[in-house]
Order: sequence, then structure tokens, then C-alpha cells
Amino acid sequence: MMYADRKPIKKTAYVMPDVALPTGGKWITEARKSALASASEYGMPQKRDEYWKYTDPTTLTSDTPTPAAIFDADEISLFDNVDRVKLFFVDGIFNADMSDALDLAGVEIETLETAGSADILWVSSLYGTLERNAQRPVPRPLAALNTATATQGTVIRATGKGAKPISLIYLHEDENSDATIHHTIKLEKGADLTILENGPAAARFNKVMEVEVADNASFHHVRAQGRDHERRAVTHIFARLGTASSFKSFTLTVNGVLTRNEAIIEFTGDNAHATVAGACAGDGDFHHDDTVFITHDGVNCESRQVYKKVLRNGAVGVFQGKILVKPDAQKTDGYQISQGLLLDDNSTFQAKPELEIYADDVACSHGSTVGALDDTALFYLTSRGIPHKEAQDMLTLAFLGEAIDEIEDDTLADDIRARLERWMARRHG
Amino acid sequence: MLEIKNLCVDLEEEEKTILKGVDLKIGEGEVHAIMGPNGSGKSTTSYVLAGKDGYEVTDGSATLNGEDLLDMDPEERAAAGLFLAFQYPVEIPGVGNMTFLRTAVNAQRKTRGEEELSAAEFLKEVRAKAKSLKIDADMLKRPVNVGFSGGEKKRNEILQMAMLEPKMCVLDETDSGLDVDAMKLVAEGVNALRDGKRSFLVITHYQRLLDHIKPDVVHIMADGKIIKSGGPELALEVENNGYADILAEVA
Repeated sequence: MMYADRKPIKKTAYVMPDVALPTGGKWITEARKSALASASEYGMPQKRDEYWKYTDPTTLTSDTPTPAAIFDADEISLFDNVDRVKLFFVDGIFNADMSDALDLAGVEIETLETAGSADILWVSSLYGTLERNAQRPVPRPLAALNTATATQGTVIRATGKGAKPISLIYLHEDENSDATIHHTIKLEKGADLTILENGPAAARFNKVMEVEVADNASFHHVRAQGRDHERRAVTHIFARLGTASSFKSFTLTVNGVLTRNEAIIEFTGDNAHATVAGACAGDGDFHHDDTVFITHDGVNCESRQVYKKVLRNGAVGVFQGKILVKPDAQKTDGYQISQGLLLDDNSTFQAKPELEIYADDVACSHGSTVGALDDTALFYLTSRGIPHKEAQDMLTLAFLGEAIDEIEDDTLADDIRARLERWMARRHG
Repeated sequence: MLEIKNLCVDLEEEEKTILKGVDLKIGEGEVHAIMGPNGSGKSTTSYVLAGKDGYEVTDGSATLNGEDLLDMDPEERAAAGLFLAFQYPVEIPGVGNMTFLRTAVNAQRKTRGEEELSAAEFLKEVRAKAKSLKIDADMLKRPVNVGFSGGEKKRNEILQMAMLEPKMCVLDETDSGLDVDAMKLVAEGVNALRDGKRSFLVITHYQRLLDHIKPDVVHIMADGKIIKSGGPELALEVENNGYADILAEVA
């Protein structure tokens, strides 16, 4: 079958919630209508859909969110040593009082609310575009629904090197909150920008981040999800990469009864690089799904997917990762690794690696493993006097460390490690 | 120091008896060697002493300075002063050698109720000891044993021994896979730790290691038992005539 013959997966039946479009300016209303049409075409995801086989979407698509208790345990704060522009969202609503001024050298920042009623050409031509392009061959209706209904979010345009990272902080204060946030980010040629994200956000969180990375620009993204045990989240990152650009995204997830993180990345220029990495630690009622789709449509591009999940007490980890290499994407280097570490017999790791290659001069590799901690290594550590639990933690951190190592900035990587260490220490009480 | 009495051990997974009544007594400051043919139970003895899973002690005892070793977890045995230099040191990706060493040293000190070493104190000590074993800064930074050559792995074992300062060192075929120069270096490392108090049990196939680490007593092990003990000359006899003569003589 030729690539051009491919059709999207047809759904047999669909359901669609009643959606009232928010009011806004002309361009955003058009974008919302178009997205709603797209979402309606496919309907909301259902368990029988191929890409929802391992993750039940029911609580993500229900009319009202399942309440989620606020988790008030003392948590180590993140990114404290990083000079950054802090933007706060409380239960999904931007809070200007708590936030820093929308002011950063080399970068323009606006709220989606403001941009939606203004006429900003780059926003109106980007908002919803990458999401729409990514609806084929696999529909992502929750992202389309986000584009249709989001009133909250940011629009960020970097024209040079961002003087400091932009830190998006999502607080969860209402047990019944249902948050929808849409960020639209553009890096102009040669720009360099770091986005940090952390916080549980809401009882239910639907977030989309569209990132256009122009030629020679570099985008860095580090996020820490989690904290509240009962929160649910579906997030999408859509990225389009120009020539010689670089895109690096890392996600840490601890806690959260349901998380579905999708990353959809398209190489449109040549000689570009993309890394998506994730470390997740799940304990008990925890379901974590990483779904990745990388399309190579440029020459000599490199993509890396590095996903590590530590699971125990019945936690479930899912990885669905695809590399699609289009006919002209010669010299593609695609790498994918997904690994599950099961700390007991009750936990589950499901992996579905996919390669679809139409070019003949490419190097693509993928690997997926699932297993327990290595007894030999444990014995080696304990025989040197390291207590058993501490030895387990060392090996667990080492396992996740391979994903954390994908973070370019050492300070940020150390922060993420510290968060994990703290999490493990608390487990031992 | 170490006293093993009538130690009998089965493999847990299969019904197989490995040790059939091992008796061994090593005094303070003494160096004993165990030699013996393949499958005689030498390595099993070292694993059982260190507390590896998969073995069932069916009879007998092993004590370190009167403390019952067999009743302790591996980390407690280490804190009590037992050290096993592995025949096949384990590679641990993602754990830096230095972090590993410091965690181990401080974990033992903590268990013994001693104060932990500060980062600076530790660094000073590890650098000095690494230097004498020709272990460079790069080897200290790399993940534990990952990408190390056979010789580097064994030197790293001796470095751990030097840092942990155990009372009783068990060396399981530390000479295997080493060329002559590497063996000399390892032996020098071991000899530097001989202080008249620390005791050693050296398990080896070959007499040549014992040219460098001079034993007080040599034991011959066969079929799960120590069948003959003697002075260093016993090792030479094995080197010249193999085990056949001794086995025949005992039988």
C-alpha cells in the first residue's frame, strides 16, 4: 500500500457531548467551529478504538469530571533554583495576580483570552492548525474538543533567545474542576525557548500545546505532572519542526489515577532533531499512557523516544509509540525505547511499538522490555552494606535516570531527580 | 574471626546438595586459601557467607567474631565486617561508582552507629586509595563496572574493600580473567590491607595468586567438603600434580 492511499481509521459509531462554543473574536470562532466539526466527525474516543485499547477514556469524555481530592501532603517545590517567568493557572483559570508580568526579553507572551479577541496573524494561523493536521491518520478528538472549547492558555512567540524559562504552574483547588487549556507557541528562526510545566491542574485536565519550531530554533520542555492521586489528565503536544531545528520534551509523572500524554511530532524540514522522553512512577490506582506519533518528512532528521515506567501495587503503564517515515525522508534516524519496571506481580506494562517506513535509506530501531529489579544487582549493593530498600531505590532511580538524562539542562534534571528521591523516601515513611 | 562448623547447603531451586559439612576456622590476621576442582563448592561457600538468595542452609553454622552470620541480611553481614570480592562483579548502569561507594561506606557507618563521612573526607580518601590501585577519575565517575575491563572490575572490587575496611575479606577467584600484571596489582592492593588483624579467605584455582598473596593455611575442597589442609606447600603440590593425587589419597 502506498503512503498516499492511507485513510484514517473509520469509527463504527460515535458519541459527542453537547458543546456550546465560547464567544470570542472572528478568527478564534472560525477555528473553534472547524475543530468542533472535526471532533464531531470522529466522536469521542471509546474503549474499542485501536488507540484506546489499553486506556479507558470514559472518565475523560463523561459530561462531568469525577471529583478529585486535593492532595495536601508537603511536596518538594520544583524549579526553585531557576530564574523564570511564573504564570499561574488555578483550576485551569489564569491568575494574573499570582503571576509575573507577561514580559520577557526575546519573547512575546499573551493570554489566549486576550489573543482570541485581538487580531494577531501568527496566532490565528497557528491556533488549531497543528492539532488539525495531526487528526490523520489517527483521530485525536479530545484535542479537537480542546481547540473548540478552550478559553484559557497562553500564546507565546519567541523571536530570539528567551532570557529565562517560562514556567506554567497549574494549581488544583476545587475538587470538581474541569480544566481546558490550550497553549500556542511559535519559535521564529533561530529562537531558543524553555517551557516548564508543573502541577496537578484540576480534577480533570485537558491540555493542548501546539509548538511550531522554525528553522534553526530550539525548544526545550520539562514538565512534572502528578501530585494529586485522584486527578485525571489528557494532554497533547503537537510540534512541527523546521530545518535544523531542535525539540526536546521531558515529562515526569508521579501520582494521578489517569494520565494520557500524547506527543505528535512532524519533521517538515531537514537535519532536525526531536527527543521525547518520560519517566513515570506509579503506585496503586494509577494508569499512565504515553502515546507518541513521529512523522519524518524531511531528510536526515533524528528522533528519540525514551520512556521508562516504574509500577507497583497494581499500577498500569501503557506505551504506544509510532515512527512513520515518509517516502522522501531519507537518512532518517529513528530511535525508540520503552521499558517497564514492575516492583511486584500485580502491576502491568503494555507496549505497542510501531514502525512504518516508506523510505529505503533509514536507520530505525525500537526496543521494549518489561521486568523486575535485577536480583544480582540488588545482592551486589546489599553485600556492600546498603540496606535493601535503599538498594531498591538506587536501582529504581538508575532505571528512570536514563529518561531523565535526556534533559539537556543539568539544573532542571537535578530538580527532577530530587523530586523522585523525595517521593521514594516518603514511601518508606 | 570466622568460624564455619559443619556447614551443609542445598540449592533452593533444585534438590541438590552443594556443601556437605564444611569446617573452617580463620583466626585474626590470618590468610587462608581454598583450592579445589570445579564444582567442589568453593564459590557457594563465599555466596552463603555473604547471604546470597537461592541457598538453603540445612545444617551447621557460620559466625564472625561470635556473631551468627547466617541469621543476618547481606547488609548486616557487611556492616559486621564481612566483605566478598565477587568473581563476576556486577554491572549497574545508571549508578555512578562514586555514589555507590559513598552510599555503601556511609550506610555501614550508620548501621554501626558511627558518624557518616563528609563529602570532602570521602573524596580525599577515595582518591588516595584509587590512585594506588591505578583507578583513574574517569572510572570513579562511570556507572558501577559498566564498560570496565576484567582487570578494572577486579581492581574496583579491591577499591571497595579498601574503602569499606572490612574485618574479614573473602576473595572469590579474584585472579580469574587477569593477566600477570593485573594480578600483581590486585595482589598488592590486597597485601596493603594486611595489617595483622584483618583476615582473608582467598578462593582460587591456581597457585600463582598465592605467590603474591602468601597464605598461612591452604585448604583443598572437593565435593562440598574440605578434604585436606596444610601449609603453602599444599598449593605447590596441587600446581605440580593436580587434584587427582590428593583426591585418591583421601578416598
